[in-house]
Amino acid sequence: MKRILLAALMLSLMSASAHAAGFDETINTMTAPIAEWFGKVVFFKIPIGDAALPLVVLWLVVGAIFFTVYMGFINIRGFKHAIELVRGDYANPKDAGEVSHFQALATAVSGTVGIGNIGGVAVAVTVGGPGATFWLIMAGFLGMSTKFVECTLGVKYRNENPDGSVSGGPMYYLRKGFSERGMEGFGKFVGAFYAIGICLGALGIGNMFQSNQAFVQFVNVTGGTQESWFADKGWLFGIVMALVVASVIIGGIKSIARVTEKIVPFMAIFYCVFALIVIFMNYDAIPQAIANIFTGAMTGEGVVGGALGALIIGFQRAVFSNEAGIGSASIAHSAVRTNEPVTEGVVSLLEPFIDTIVICTITALVIGTAAVAEPGFALVGQQGIAMTSAAFAREISWFPIPLAFAAMMFAFSTMISWSYYGLKGWTYLFGESQTMDRIYKAIFCFFVALGCMVQLGPILDISDAFVFLICVPNILGLYFLAPIVKRETESYFARIKSGEIKKYKHT
Amino acid sequence: MTTTYLVAIDGSEGSLRAANFATERAKASSAKLVLAYVIEWSPYSFNTPEENAERHQRREEEIERAQTTVLDPVSQTFRDKGVGVATEVRHGHAAETLVDLAKEHGAAQIFIGRKGESRMKTLLFGSVAGTLVQMSPIPVTVVP
Repeated sequence: MKRILLAALMLSLMSASAHAAGFDETINTMTAPIAEWFGKVVFFKIPIGDAALPLVVLWLVVGAIFFTVYMGFINIRGFKHAIELVRGDYANPKDAGEVSHFQALATAVSGTVGIGNIGGVAVAVTVGGPGATFWLIMAGFLGMSTKFVECTLGVKYRNENPDGSVSGGPMYYLRKGFSERGMEGFGKFVGAFYAIGICLGALGIGNMFQSNQAFVQFVNVTGGTQESWFADKGWLFGIVMALVVASVIIGGIKSIARVTEKIVPFMAIFYCVFALIVIFMNYDAIPQAIANIFTGAMTGEGVVGGALGALIIGFQRAVFSNEAGIGSASIAHSAVRTNEPVTEGVVSLLEPFIDTIVICTITALVIGTAAVAEPGFALVGQQGIAMTSAAFAREISWFPIPLAFAAMMFAFSTMISWSYYGLKGWTYLFGESQTMDRIYKAIFCFFVALGCMVQLGPILDISDAFVFLICVPNILGLYFLAPIVKRETESYFARIKSGEIKKYKHT
Repeated sequence: MTTTYLVAIDGSEGSLRAANFATERAKASSAKLVLAYVIEWSPYSFNTPEENAERHQRREEEIERAQTTVLDPVSQTFRDKGVGVATEVRHGHAAETLVDLAKEHGAAQIFIGRKGESRMKTLLFGSVAGTLVQMSPIPVTVVP
């Protein structure tokens, strides 16, 4: 069965590529109008002055602010406790062998730390100016609260399957939460809506965008769009990438996944260290770069729509990167067996922090300092990851090569995580069966290949649209269920304070 | 109060020798034994989401396997010899977990077998017995 599917996948891709020359282009002309239309529908914009505020961004921002205030700034007051939990201070030794808080966090983080942290930030800075960075950080900070709410709910309302495995995530808490409140029909509808959305969204944000940007960087280091032999061979790179992904998710070759999961955290650290080195090599540009971030945020100089334009771009890219409000991490966190759903919520606070406030900001500073030191460096038509790469290359000429490797690893681990998120939506709709599993996984791999054949613009439109679409039912559900989370949170922290929940270590 | 001896056991020949040795001592001093099987596991490893979702099942299976294939038969033979035997299966860092279990059971001594690896191998992979000797707050008997 596996082989047949793999073969079918390969054949369809091969026959497509047989038309050879200009194939990438054909795909492009086919997808571009669809992407454009879809983007327009989801990002319905309210014009305010020169800027246009997409409704969905407003929806996310308002949600994040609401949860931050309603949960009593959980993003600040839960931070220390989150670190204690991850360190294992509260882990009962009798439960050793279950998924630890650290593991749940690491899995969720490797799903979110992706190309968005390298390429997405560059997009934000190109379109929204340096000021977008400020709003990116702000969005990360507020997003911590949204993440807290959705991950707590994910654990609280998960399904425990007869075989002992667990399935959780927004589709489950939406359905169960709404029917608890007497809206069974509506619960079923939004649950299914979310499941469809995550299935499709997984093909964009967690798939095509990743493989596309990995390919772009690959072409970049093998000689650039003019020189590289690979420049017009997106289909080839795509097929190889799709086959590797297929070998893991369909072929069940766990060792590849395991190696990746182990490399990614080190890659992230490696990336941050080198980014900091590059920033400090431009040390005389640092004050100006930081000043630009603040003034840009307030004045929005040179940005379409001014300060508001910068804000919109910053928030949009932040959500795209840390996934707060999308509900995907909630699927990953549901796997932890804990009696206290709040603990998972608290741990998940750290994800937007690591992803957006730390890694994205560092990337933004790499680009920012480079732009100050040499204003025109990015004006050679570089976009996305190529721009970040150029900023690195200014100081360390060989860095684009390890960056390409890191990008591929990030892309790969994000794709593995998202194939699982998408699959969970799929099985929610079609039931847990092996055949259904395989069908979705095959579709997923096909899109990996497709991602390398189209251009960045339409890809961003499609993936953004899918992902933002599922924020609508998710956040709606979060509003409805927030009182439950609040009650649990207060009770949990009261028991920590009274000493009813004790530390096992470090006492 | 009866004395308790903790015996580290993993089904290997060395660990069985340690268990036999401990049984003799336990008989002589009418102590009871706790046979401890530690499954090497770290809370700080990196997993895929799929592995996390299946983790609970795997854990149950691992415990079940340790219990039925190693602990049950071994403890039965010692019980037949008239020694009181309890068993424990736990996940964690081998030496650390043994120390924790010894504390929990108020054990007076730990018995452990050794593999007798070459110096090179010990240098590369470490040795549970060696680490345990360094960490343990109570006497450790290493049985060759």
